[in-house]
Amino acid sequence: MERTALRGRLTWQFGTVAGVVEETARTRSIALELPDWPGHRAGQHVDVRLTAEDGYQAQRSYSIGSAPEDHDLVLTVEEIADGEVSPYLVEELHVGDSLELRGPIGGYFVWEASLGGPLLLLAGGSGVVPLRAMLRHHLASESDAPLRLLYSARSLEDVIYRDELMSVPADAEIDVRFTLTRSQPAGWHGYAGRVDRKLLEEVAWPPSEHPLVYICGPNGFVEAAASALVDLGHAPARVKTERFGPT
Amino acid sequence: MEALDGNAIAGALFAVFGREMTTAVSVCANCGATGPVAETRVYLRGPGVVARCSRCSAVLLVLVEIRGVTCVDLRGLAEPLKGV
Repeated sequence: MERTALRGRLTWQFGTVAGVVEETARTRSIALELPDWPGHRAGQHVDVRLTAEDGYQAQRSYSIGSAPEDHDLVLTVEEIADGEVSPYLVEELHVGDSLELRGPIGGYFVWEASLGGPLLLLAGGSGVVPLRAMLRHHLASESDAPLRLLYSARSLEDVIYRDELMSVPADAEIDVRFTLTRSQPAGWHGYAGRVDRKLLEEVAWPPSEHPLVYICGPNGFVEAAASALVDLGHAPARVKTERFGPT
Repeated sequence: MEALDGNAIAGALFAVFGREMTTAVSVCANCGATGPVAETRVYLRGPGVVARCSRCSAVLLVLVEIRGVTCVDLRGLAEPLKGV
């Protein structure tokens, strides 16, 4: 980020697709090799630009799902029906293809180990992507800040990074929890239903512990979670939000 | 249409201002609310991008790109964006 800021401009560059992972039926992670990447901070995003043969261009923002310490830059993209960019990224992009992007972008919704915690991450749907970068950065930097991730998804099949998140070793510092809002498998031990004040009272640290909170998801999810936390007495300045949505 | 927030226009603002602007503080000329640009409500689907005050919904800034040139109208800001 410092290097980008010093350069004073944001340049478009091409990356090469090094791998793809189908995360859910509609979501895919794309690992990119970028020869001229200045590095990023957990929570930042990139702008991706597609150019048609006739010169028409479409551009969208995607959060980075990898930690700064990871080898490849990983974008995780949810396919939006009738979208202009995401169907190409999720269905047509192959290993070895080029992808044009600029970044890293954003300085607000960013967590670095030096910021400490306790760190409360609230994810709604594909809003988990930048929060997963923070979790991986936490692990890679061996941060001792307590971290709690609450991930709200419609069903178990909709959980992005499912195997990775469900195998994070539960220890004193890291605590990953799920709530499934529409359907729960038999024997489900996680939460059911939407993230609301009652659930946050149970999951969040009390305001007296001054947790640093990052909320990412659709507008309705972010508004509900942020206002519930402020109602519970958390300082608005400690609650950072990022809204995702079809654009 | 669902609102996004100022994080969504970080790239466009960087391209115009030459640096990260979502942590800059905006002051609403209508209601006086102050806060980081990242917390403004952003609508991308108009014939241009509109960022509105998260408290009173007044238009703070408009970005329109035409043939590769971005025009910025900071009509709703009481003072210039303050960097951090």
